[in-house]
This record gives sequence, C-alpha cells and structure tokens, in this order.
Amino acid sequence: MKGNAIQRRKMRWEFPFHMMLLPGVLVTLVYAYGPMFGIVMAFQKFDPVLSFWKSKFVGWKNFRYIFHLPEFNQVLWNTVLISVLKIGFGLLVPLLLALLLNELTKNGLKRIVQTSIFLPFFLSWTVLGGVLLELFMLKGPINSLLSGVGVEPIMFMGDGNWFRAIIVGSDVWKGMGYNMIIFLAAIVGINSSLYEAAEVDGAGKWKQMIHITLPGMAPIIILMATLSLGNILNAGFDQILILYNPIVYEHADVIDTFVYRLGIFSQQYAPAAAIGLFKSAISLGLVGFSYFLAYRFSNYRIF
Amino acid sequence: MVYKASLGRKVFTFVNVLFLVAITLLGILPFVHLLSVSLSSNVAAMAAEVKLWPVGFTFEAYHYLGKKVEFLRSLGVSVERVVLGTIINMVLTVLAAYPLSKSNEQFRFRTLYVWFFAITMFFGGGLIPTYIVIKETALLNSIWALILPGALNVWNMVMLLNFFRNIPKDMEEAATIDGASQWSILWRIYLPVSLPALATILLFMMVGHWNSWFDGILYMNSPEKYPLQSYLSTLVTSINKKAISLDDLNALENVSEKTLRTAQIFLGALPIMLVYPFLQKYFIKGITVGSVKE
Repeated sequence: MKGNAIQRRKMRWEFPFHMMLLPGVLVTLVYAYGPMFGIVMAFQKFDPVLSFWKSKFVGWKNFRYIFHLPEFNQVLWNTVLISVLKIGFGLLVPLLLALLLNELTKNGLKRIVQTSIFLPFFLSWTVLGGVLLELFMLKGPINSLLSGVGVEPIMFMGDGNWFRAIIVGSDVWKGMGYNMIIFLAAIVGINSSLYEAAEVDGAGKWKQMIHITLPGMAPIIILMATLSLGNILNAGFDQILILYNPIVYEHADVIDTFVYRLGIFSQQYAPAAAIGLFKSAISLGLVGFSYFLAYRFSNYRIF
Repeated sequence: MVYKASLGRKVFTFVNVLFLVAITLLGILPFVHLLSVSLSSNVAAMAAEVKLWPVGFTFEAYHYLGKKVEFLRSLGVSVERVVLGTIINMVLTVLAAYPLSKSNEQFRFRTLYVWFFAITMFFGGGLIPTYIVIKETALLNSIWALILPGALNVWNMVMLLNFFRNIPKDMEEAATIDGASQWSILWRIYLPVSLPALATILLFMMVGHWNSWFDGILYMNSPEKYPLQSYLSTLVTSINKKAISLDDLNALENVSEKTLRTAQIFLGALPIMLVYPFLQKYFIKGITVGSVKE
C-alpha cells in the first residue's frame, strides 16, 4: 500500500515534465518520425493518391532502377569528391587563420579581422550565391581584373572544373569563421606556463607553435575531422542548387540535387526516396562510426 | 613582456598583418561591390563598369523597390515567419530542455525521451518522404510548412539543457520545499538566470528563419507566399542562366534589372550585417559552448 502511494506521488511530481515535453514530442513524431516511416515508399510503387498506406509494395525494384541510372555513379563520385575537398580545406584554412590571427598583438585589428571573416557564415546561400554569380559572370569584375593582366575571359560558371573549385572555395569562405573561432578557443585554452617555460629554454615562436600550440590543439582538430566524417554524402545541397546550371551537371550534380530533380521535378517519388534512403543508410553508418571514434579518442559526448 | 623583436619576427609580423588584411577584404569587398552596383546608374551597371565605387550614383533602384509588390510582399512573409517561427521554436525548446536537464532520479523517463530526440539527429527520412508528410498533413502552401517541421531543433535544445544543468540547485530545492510547481520553477528561477543562453539561441533561430529559402521554394506553390530569401533565390537562378550564356548580356537583360536585383540581394543581407557586429559575442559563445564542451 505504502509503495503504491510513493509511486503515485512520483507520478504526480513527474506529470508536468511530460506535459512540457508533449509539444516537442508531437512535432518530432510527425515531422521527423513521420518521414522515417515514410521511407517505406522506397519499396513501393508509390502513388501520391494512395500514399504510404495503400501503395503497392515492389521490393527492391526502385533500388535496381536507381543503380542502373546512367548518372548514378557520376553523381556519387561528385558528392564524395566535393565533400572531401570541402572537409579538407574547411579544416586546414581556418586552422592556418587561427594560428596567424593568434600571432597578432593588436586586439583592435584582431577583432576587425575576425568579424569580417565570420560575416559570410551568417548570410544565406541565396545572398552569397547572388554575390558570387555577379563576381564570376563572363562580364563580371573577376574577369575584367583578369583581362587587366592579359588573361582571356573565363566562363567560370560554365566550366565543370572551375565550377567545382568555386563550390569548394566559397564553402570554405562561408564556413572558415566558424571553425576558426573553435580553433582560437582551443589555443586560448592552452596552459600559458608552457610557453613561458619554452621561452626560458630559448625556443623561438616557430618552435613554440610546432611543439606547444599544435599538439595542444590536436584533440580538437581530431575531433572536428572525425565528426565531419558523417558529412561525406552531404556536399552542400542549397549551395549547389543555387549556383549550378545544366551545363555543369556532369561535374556538380550531387546526391541531394539529383534527388530533388528526380523526385520533385520528374515526380518519380519512389526512386528518389530510394536514393535518399541509400544516402541516409550510409550516412548513419558513417555518423555512428565517427561518434564512436570521437567518444573513444576525445571522450566526446553530445548529451 | 617587453623584449626587442628580432628582424625575422618583424618581417613575419608585417607579412602576417598584410595577409590577414587581404583575407579581411575578401570577406568585405564582395558586398561592397554588390552595394556599389545597386547604387549605380543602369547604364554603368550593364556595361560592367562598376567595381568598388558606384558609377553614376543614384538611389533609383531603392526608390523603385519601395513600390515593387513582389519584394514588399515577400518581405512581409519573412517578417511573419521570423516572428512566429522564433516564438514557437523558443517555447518548444525551453519546454523540452527543462525536463531533460533533470537527473534520472528526478525524472525516470528522461533517458527514454533523450533517445527519442537523439535518434532524429542521426537519421532522417530525407527530402521526398518529408515532402510527402508535409503534403499529407495539409501544410503545403501554408506558412506553417516553414515553421512546424523545424519547430524543435535538437541541437539548440541540447545547448540549452547543458546550460540548465549547470544552474545551482539550492534555489530550486528551496522553492520546491515552499511548494512551487515545476512551471513556476522554470519561469521564475531557470529562465531569469539563463538570459545569455536564451539570447544566443534566439539569435540562431532568427537568423535561421530569415535565411532559409529552400523550404519556401519546395512547399509553397505560389510565389506570392515566398519569403524574401526564396523570392531572392528565383532572381539569383535567373542570373545563373545568363551567366553561362554567350549572347550579349546587354540585349538580353531589361535595363533596370541588374541594379534592382543587386539592391534586393543587398537588402536581403542587410538586417544580418547591421545586427551581427554587435551581437557577435553571443554567436561566438553559442558556438564554443555547443562544440567544445567537457
């Protein structure tokens, strides 16, 4: 009897917690778990009128279809190539900037540099895409600068290799402020007595960077590299969507943009969902693996 | 520490400052160019004469925008979205973060809920099933399609719950003994001391809503319902077609198109550019708390 009363009191105590969580749970249930359940459409001959519930199941047919699409391999390769380049430069450039910025002694200048590097991070790809297209147009300022030094105008947005370079470069440009802040925070966290000791021992600034700063930052560098592993199949959907055009599809089409065109424009819902599932499944594996590594080596936990 | 810098050190500092100034300009000059084009005369803009300073200075484009229906309408949609979306995000995030910041003894179902939310960080249905769910729940073409699906951002929730956890527990215990309800503990004790953290996530939410454009394109059938950034994306995609055409641009483009377009893109960035330098420290706090924690 007494145990029961305690149980009831505990439930009364916890009741407000359930109430507070209710709205968040409902939204998540419908708009996060709903689509997860909706993945069954990848195995259906999906008919929007019949929806998930009544469409006919066709097994792996959609998957066989997508793997035989002529673009599939190219799209997969573009995705991995673009995102690996983005991850590599996206870590390297901010690391370099953080090290250089840390050498500045004037705080005012440091602030200005940091503020301006960080700005593009907060702007949308529509704005940045608009700016980039103005700059790199055939008759834009970049080409007119180049013609000043005698270079023929380049069709940046119509040449696959230039286009990829712009995609990677502008992504690094947008994101470098963010990673730089994290690296700077890591540098600040290094014990300053290490530097004093090194100075007494006669180590110059260069040696201090190699032997103190970089090893001190190693855990955070490794952590960030590991966590970005899960993004290998995310090559930047809205960036590419706003910047690309049919001429560069062959070099710039990535899984997400391909799914969008196949699913929404061509209305091939089920095959597009099948590609989406293919991507989510691999990403899940990668994310799981990367979090395992991050937990193992950096003791990183989200919750 | 005062010591005489070596020659090598001086050279390094000089080159370093030069390099960082160049990088700084890389962040600013593109927007200076954008602004200059929008403030130039149509003829100069078309002839691509404008670099970093307006040629044939005029406010014409901005005057014209004051009467441009599409622009004003989409601006209105954006404002509605930011206000409504941020309020809903905030309420849901606070209400979810508070119970989950409790210990497992205080809230036995905590782990269950945490898993429920955590799973969505690692796995999602993807674009097409999400689109179908939005369609099935009759949100297509409604502003709620831009607000409800992302109403609870799990990253923001985690950030806030970690903040809540570090709040000293003695006040809360005293209030519990006095018979305060959980709602009033949250409202009277937790929220007032969490203002810096709340400001940070508020900014992220507002910027997120202001900047999103793809969901507008995807879920709104008629352009009248596009928020500003979605409307801008249609302008940007239209230059894209011209950027690759080899024909004479001048002939293709309506005379006032270019200055108008740049003016609209610039205005799309303006609120953030105005606010961001002053609120930068909150953003930085949010990032460093969210990513480098013990």
